[in-house]
Order: sequence, then structure tokens, then C-alpha cells
Amino acid sequence: MNELSDSLSGKVPKLNRLFKFQFEPAQDCYVLLFPEGMVKLNPSASEILLQVNGERTISDIIDALLTKFPDAEGLGEDVFAFFEHAEEKRWINYV
Amino acid sequence: MSEAKHSQPGPPLWLLAELTYECPLHCPYCSNPVNLGSREQECDTDTWLRVLSEARAMGAVQLGFSGGEPLLRKDLEVLVKHASDLGFYTNLITSGIGLTEKRIAALREAGLDHIQLSFQAANADANDLIGNKRHSFEQKLKVAKLVKQYEYPMVLNFCLTAQNIDQIDDVMALSCELDGDYVELATVQYYGWAYLNRDHLLPAKAQLEAAEAKVNAFRAQQQGKSPHFIFVTPDYYEDRPKACMNGWATTFLTVTPDGSALPCHSAKILPLTFPNVKNKSIKAIWREDFSFNHFRGTDWLPSPCKTCDEKEKDFGGCRCQAYMLTGDMYKTDPVCSKSPDHSLMAQAVKNSESPSRELVYRDPKVSIPITEI
Ligand code: SF4
Ligand code: SF4
Repeated sequence: MNELSDSLSGKVPKLNRLFKFQFEPAQDCYVLLFPEGMVKLNPSASEILLQVNGERTISDIIDALLTKFPDAEGLGEDVFAFFEHAEEKRWINYV
Repeated sequence: MSEAKHSQPGPPLWLLAELTYECPLHCPYCSNPVNLGSREQECDTDTWLRVLSEARAMGAVQLGFSGGEPLLRKDLEVLVKHASDLGFYTNLITSGIGLTEKRIAALREAGLDHIQLSFQAANADANDLIGNKRHSFEQKLKVAKLVKQYEYPMVLNFCLTAQNIDQIDDVMALSCELDGDYVELATVQYYGWAYLNRDHLLPAKAQLEAAEAKVNAFRAQQQGKSPHFIFVTPDYYEDRPKACMNGWATTFLTVTPDGSALPCHSAKILPLTFPNVKNKSIKAIWREDFSFNHFRGTDWLPSPCKTCDEKEKDFGGCRCQAYMLTGDMYKTDPVCSKSPDHSLMAQAVKNSESPSRELVYRDPKVSIPITEI
């Protein structure tokens, strides 16, 4: 385990109240909506955010995703990288 | 043929519903048209409900309720509820005047997602002078507290002009005190009322640079903490124009109080006939209407834009600005240094150093004589 995963895996992410996460049929993807703006999410970011409920830790989320996508390679690292990015963008904060 | 090419433009992601031109304030920088319409011509509730459904079905996702002052519409809660049920992200763009606790709670209940509160300045005297209404500052402070109390994301909007831009430190301090999530520090756009007052309102280049430096210094010591400051400069001092609303009729759709559908909220000044939602569907307006297709894409571009390698970036700039400054909506935006009319920008800056007319407040009483000039 590297430093990033050490410090993150026990944390419980939740969606920042400034953002709304929903599926947009017209865009055929999940989006994050915030005051006067929108971010389109790629399929992996969407799968990760679907697991965020303000109760699960990041390692719970990784386990859940591994069950769902047993063949995904480097999934853990991707999830940590996503949360690092998501915190920087203020999409999520930690409980 | 251009019609075939434009038959499937992307959806109008952003819908701005201007519910009424009525406003309790009278700001000289108001971007509303100078000839304000009357309340009898305003769309009724059913028309708005249909507009929301049709726009959402096409893929619209961000919805702004604005005006004038949208709170003056008694059916605001009904419209917000419908929009929220449809899956819109709903933004209320308000001066805060008339936003009681009862209404804030009712709007929350209806599903309103966000409130943007506009300030005219960071202290009562200047604020009430600019908005031309007494005690409005006090009310805005109360509203800001309520907005936070009801857990809305809050965007504060300060309109920067030559008169208030030097007080930017106070503006930032107030924004922190009110705990805004985002703060827009926007220099006025010079359309409608604001254009009449441009010579008074346009900050000097040195003022802008000083203000921007202060904002940058402030941001540096914030370490990523709220509020998030957004500084919007006017393009009068630039040498490339901004893309008009992300490109004409690519993203934005404005519906005015009387039902006119516009590709940008100031487009009504242009010598084009715009469709009306009272007798045409949003789909027909967005996909087929002549005015919407007229400046779509890059086929229509004049020279020097036609052969310019930056045309995909700005599409020749703002049509309204080209029209207001040169009298011809087909010309290159004069902000561009490649435009043959670029010297008009320097002229405007020079005029602002010695304004020739009195500051005009947005007021239905004065709106009549001015439109007749
Ligand atoms: S700019 Fe001022 S007068 Fe114009 S609508 Fe906004 S608050 Fe009202
Ligand atoms: S010439 Fe036209 S397309 Fe080129 S940068 Fe200027 S405005 Fe944009």
C-alpha cells in the first residue's frame, strides 16, 4: 500500500451538497450538476459515485466494485485517483 | 445547404426563463431592454409549464428563473415544482427583495436547488444608491442568512462598475462573512440599460488590474476554502472577443417575459424576427427557426473571420456587441484586433474618461422617452 491509499481507504466520502448527481438521458451519461454548471462523467467515475452514500468507506467501495467488475485491472488505484481528483474539484468531502 | 447541416443541433442545455421585467430595483447597469414590456403580455402559468416540459424533453438541464425580479411572479413555486419534478437543476436569480422566510421554505419544498443573490455593493449606502432603493442592503443580508439556514448552495453576484470596483476588498470580506459558496465578481455587460450608461460604468484599465490583483492575492491565502471567487472582466480591454454564449444557439435558450425565444438574453436588440413560445414549440424554435439558424456555426462568418484560424474558438464574437458598436450585426465583433472596427473600443474607453450624459436609472417612467430618441 502506498501513502495515498493508506490515508484514504478508511475515509467515508459523501457528495458535497453543492452537487447533484443524476443520469441524463439526452447525454446518455451521468452528470454532476451545480449552480449554473454541469460536468459529464465517464462510466468509471459514474460507477464509483453510484457507490458513494455517506456511509461506505473507500475500501468498502473498492470491494463493492470488485464484486461488480471482477476483471477490472488496477481498479483500486483508479478509485483512489478518482477520489483525489473529486476532492480537489470539491465534488465530495469526507464525513 | 446550411439548413440540412443545422437540422440536428445539440440540445439547449441551458434555459433561462425570464419570468417578468418588473423589478423593485432600478440599476443603471440592468441588461434588460430599454423598452420594458407590460405585465399583461407576460406568459401565463400554463405556457411556462409547457415550455419547461418541452425544453426538458429536448435535453435542457440547467434552468434559471430570472427577470426583472422572478419573486414578483406568484406562480414561481408552481413552476419550480414542475421543473424539479422534470429533473432540471433549478437556479433562482434574485435581488432578494421580497424573499421572505415563508417563501424560502416553500421554494425549498418545491425542490429549488440554488439561489443566486445579487448585490449592488458591499455597504448599505453604495448598494442602495446604485439600486436606487432604500434599505435594500439590509434585506439582502437577511436573505443571505436565510438562504444558508435553509441549506441552499448560495452564489453571490456583485456587479462591478467604475463606481464600486475600488471597494473590492470590502466585497470579498462581505462574501466571506455571508459564507457564499461561489462569488461572481462580474464587470457589467454593456447591453440594454447598461449600454446607455456605458461611459459611466466602465472601470478604467488600471482599476480592473488593481482589482484582479487583489482577488488573486486573496485566493492565494484561501487555500482552497470557500467562497470560490470568479472574476469576470469586460472584453473592452481585450483583443479577442468572447464566444457569444458558447456559440449562437448551441447551448443557451432564453425565453423573455412575453414569450420571445432568444439565443442570448440581449439578442432582442438585433434586427431579426424572433419566434414566440406562445405559438411555436421549443423543438421547432430550436431546430428550425430562421433566427436560430442564422448565426449558427461558421458558414455565415464575414471576413476577416471567414479565413481566420481562430474561428472555432469565438465564432466571430458577440452579435449584439457588433450591432451596437458598428450598426451591423454581420460584422466581426470589434473587440477583435483583427476587426477593421477595432478602434471603436479605444474610443469607448476614451469616452468613459469624460462621460457625456447623466447616469440613467432603469425606470419604466424614463424608459419611454429614451426609446423614442
Ligand atoms: S440589474 Fe438591477 S434593475 Fe435590472 S433586473 Fe437586475 S436587479 Fe433589477
Ligand atoms: S477575426 Fe474573427 S474569428 Fe478571428 S479571432 Fe477575430 S473575431 Fe475571432
